[in-house]
Amino acid sequence: MNRKKLIANIVRILLYAFVIGFFIYAGVNGYFSPIFEQTDTFWVLVGQHLNLVMLSSILAVVIALPLAVLFTRPRFRKYEWIASNVANLAQTVPSLAVLALAIGILGVGFKPAVFALFIYSVLPIFRNAVAGFNSINPDLIDAGKGMGMKASQIFWRVEVPNAAYAIIGGLRTAIVLNVGTAALAYYIGGGGLGVWIMTGIELFDNAYLISGAIPVTLLAIGLDYLLRGAGYVISPKSASQTADSATST
Amino acid sequence: MISFKHVSKSYTGTEKAVNDVNFEVEKGEIVIFLGPSGCGKTTLLRMVNRLETISEGSVLINGEDIGNLNEIELRRNIGYVIQSNGLFPNMDIEENVTIVPDLLGWDKKKKHNRYKELMQLIGLDPMEYRKRFPNELSGGQQQRIGVIRALAADPPVMLMDEPFGALDPLIREKIQDEFLQIQREVKKTILFVSHDIDEAIKMADKIVLMRDGEIMQYGTPSDILIHPKNEYVSQFIGRDRAIKHLSLRTIAQLQEEIGLVEIDQSIVDSKQVNIHENLKDTLAMLLNQEADQVIVHDDNDEVQGAITIDRVQRYLHLEMRQKPSQTVEKEKVME
Repeated sequence: MNRKKLIANIVRILLYAFVIGFFIYAGVNGYFSPIFEQTDTFWVLVGQHLNLVMLSSILAVVIALPLAVLFTRPRFRKYEWIASNVANLAQTVPSLAVLALAIGILGVGFKPAVFALFIYSVLPIFRNAVAGFNSINPDLIDAGKGMGMKASQIFWRVEVPNAAYAIIGGLRTAIVLNVGTAALAYYIGGGGLGVWIMTGIELFDNAYLISGAIPVTLLAIGLDYLLRGAGYVISPKSASQTADSATST
Repeated sequence: MISFKHVSKSYTGTEKAVNDVNFEVEKGEIVIFLGPSGCGKTTLLRMVNRLETISEGSVLINGEDIGNLNEIELRRNIGYVIQSNGLFPNMDIEENVTIVPDLLGWDKKKKHNRYKELMQLIGLDPMEYRKRFPNELSGGQQQRIGVIRALAADPPVMLMDEPFGALDPLIREKIQDEFLQIQREVKKTILFVSHDIDEAIKMADKIVLMRDGEIMQYGTPSDILIHPKNEYVSQFIGRDRAIKHLSLRTIAQLQEEIGLVEIDQSIVDSKQVNIHENLKDTLAMLLNQEADQVIVHDDNDEVQGAITIDRVQRYLHLEMRQKPSQTVEKEKVME
């Protein structure tokens, strides 16, 4: 046990050292210079990036959550596999192909990018929400019914709170994925930090590449932490523990 | 109080989970539905708060057919306890306990007072547990919370589906005693599902013994032990039914019937026992060779006499012979 801990700590320290070393190296070589020299452009790109992620995620939540609720009701539960498979299928199509297909329908620019990202977010959100609702012990629902709770009361006071942690888990996965995938929006004129990343790749210009890539990474990590915090606030300690064990198995 | 009238339940056409069940439950009694798994006892119980539909016949509470009542209202007026306690993990203990009062729209203060009252009933500190969550409690504590949650809105009727079945024997015994104590105070009409004959003998005022959806016998524990109606009943309650029956009788009752014996002063090592101790435990004491005689005290600590194995045996013979039944005689013939 202690040995494992020691190894874990060594790995962690090495990793931190590497990250810090990288930042120093990048700073010394002026790889962050585009951020300081073109600060206005930088913020525009960050804004575009966030817009892409937020809009697509909100759309995905609006579509995926009601579907998850619908397919976990007793009457529709038997059709859940169909919905899951459709969502799975959407996930297996390569991101660039989705972008290309989206152009065909929505033209170039911001809209098809949002659409493509939306397609990618639906599955993790739907899957996790379904898992969250399904992980609720049927005895709880039976107890609720037996005590005279109405169906809506059982849903809001028992099912939603106990599934909340898993639902937010799906949201986290979707958003982190989206922050990364949104960099590809550049290819169809969707904007975002992908503009600098792809420019950097095409021109072999490390400064642009790193000035685009590092903020994307930080954005993903930051949003993940934020949502994790939200998960703990929204669902009480005990509920998040049970949800954790339910989704991890 | 509660009447079952020709109650049947069929899932698929011909097969009946519950078949033409008829009986009455008196107010303030604990009636235990006893039988092996799949005998329909849980289905029968869940019909009372309409978690199961009734295919034929009717269940009446205070003369009113429950089929005519609003489902939600009906359930809020019936306490419901299940084996896995069914506490909501997202709510703290106080919220869990006061959920039915909350559904009924009680105000905050009334709910809180009721919470404190109920926690005191099971000897848990209301303030200490208030903000704790169910998974921070032991299994026994969770089950007790489950019981008081069902009592929260003071319903006249309680349904309990193997409420103590998941607990280990020591804790189960303790909670059974505690529950009987509570019942003496609250005097609810309780329908209780169990597959444990000892639990039924200990807790029940009456037992409904079931098999394949039909009632095999309905009567007091003593009645069922002394006069099992048929082969199935005597098989289910076991060959030691006479000994089991002793757990329903106290030394005081033996004294009344046949009297105690003189204390044999030559025996040095004798145990002391209260006169209200049941005869089964007394016999166990004697058989464990803890003593050849047990000296009996009454509540004022005055010595009443002594009891020996012979005495218990004589009482038992008398009990079994005094109230002869067909099955008992048949067994004798077979011997």
